[in-house]
Amino acid sequence: MEKFRLRDVSLWYNDFKALKDITMDIVSGEVTAFIGPSGCGKSTLLKSFNRMNDLVEGCKITGSIQLDGQDIYKDPNINGLRKRVGMVFQKPNPFPMSIYDNVAFGPRTHGVKSRLVLDELVEKALRDAAVWEETKDRLKKSALSLSGGQQQRLCIARALAVEPQALLMDEPTSALDPISTSKIEELVTQLKERYTIVIVTHNMQQATRISDKTAFFLLGELVEYGKTEQVFSLPRDKRCEDYITGRFG
Amino acid sequence: MMRTRFDRQLETLNTMLIEMGAQTERAIALSIQALKEQNVKLARQAIACEREVDQTEKEIETLCLRLLLQQQPVAGDLRLISAALKMITDMERIGDQAADIAEISIHLSQEPYIKKLEHIPQMAQATVKMVTESIDAFVHRDLALAREVVDYDDVVDGLFDAVKNDLIALIGADSANGIQAIDLIMVAKYLERIGDHAVNIAQWVAFSITGTHDGGEEAD
Repeated sequence: MEKFRLRDVSLWYNDFKALKDITMDIVSGEVTAFIGPSGCGKSTLLKSFNRMNDLVEGCKITGSIQLDGQDIYKDPNINGLRKRVGMVFQKPNPFPMSIYDNVAFGPRTHGVKSRLVLDELVEKALRDAAVWEETKDRLKKSALSLSGGQQQRLCIARALAVEPQALLMDEPTSALDPISTSKIEELVTQLKERYTIVIVTHNMQQATRISDKTAFFLLGELVEYGKTEQVFSLPRDKRCEDYITGRFG
Repeated sequence: MMRTRFDRQLETLNTMLIEMGAQTERAIALSIQALKEQNVKLARQAIACEREVDQTEKEIETLCLRLLLQQQPVAGDLRLISAALKMITDMERIGDQAADIAEISIHLSQEPYIKKLEHIPQMAQATVKMVTESIDAFVHRDLALAREVVDYDDVVDGLFDAVKNDLIALIGADSANGIQAIDLIMVAKYLERIGDHAVNIAQWVAFSITGTHDGGEEAD
């Protein structure tokens, strides 16, 4: 079943048209990878899924993006949207507070006050993000004392703590070493059963390893979208083949 | 065009495959010429040629594994390199079978033939054509030519039946012909298998172009 339903989505930053008539469906229970050269619009589109672009001055969006059949740009409850659609960024960005408080931050913002409930939510989120064993004995320590890979999994835990339905990941492993990268990839594969995951990546092998579908963007257009195996073995579009085989330019 | 180093390596792979194809063709041609002329020296050259084929196979295999490791190819590049890896296994088997024919020709070099060799050289010619064209199809990304090679196997199979029928008749006429007839049917069978290997090569060529392997059972 489709989680996100996009119809003729165009986006401008002032006069610059960054996305051009994107129409696509993103299915729940799958990992969808967005690939394409820098500046192709993939991160812009990702940010449109939880209205992160609203904060950008001069940004205008047309067309419709539906989440579970409801147009997210017609719903004034942006906090509610961001609770349902979490985001993880390229560089781990833990808050300068304890590990526990980082994870509890979201639920507290959404009104959870009970210590017992918070304890449960924090443990569950840290377990789901595969970082519980490494942090359970130091929950009161600063999140900044964790390694880069642990910080990124903590950020995933923070996103999961508000029990979202979808998770947006913008190059989540580009700043991590191979071991941390494989832990995140493993995690994504486990999480996809419960969350709709969209990941922007510049790592083609990563896209082939973890995604079910791949979308290739170029100059703001969705050029090719299909099953990852098809896109990486027999791409339909010459521009897509040139890009994934490293001959773009 | 980026990835010029990778493209140069793929060009080297093409050149090496052409070379290996030429070596297998030479091995077949020499072994059959040795058989026809009952020439032991030519037979030994065919056997030496088979060793070159083995050596080239190892070099191509090393190059392909290096390309997989360093370039992590996808799409057309991945199909091309994986097809090359499969093709060289069949070419190596062709080399082995040409050497087997050369061994038989040494064994038969001292005795008169029970019949003038007619269909066997034709079979050899047909298989050399199949090998050449399958490699050409790979290098020029020529799907139609690859499919022609697959179809041409019927010619080789037809010639094999002709050889078999001739030899059955000769054994029927004089059972003493049976000893040599067994050697000759082995030669024909090796050539028939070479045709099957050429079909395998052509099917991998087609795969490298279309992404679909439409072959049935492969020769082992």
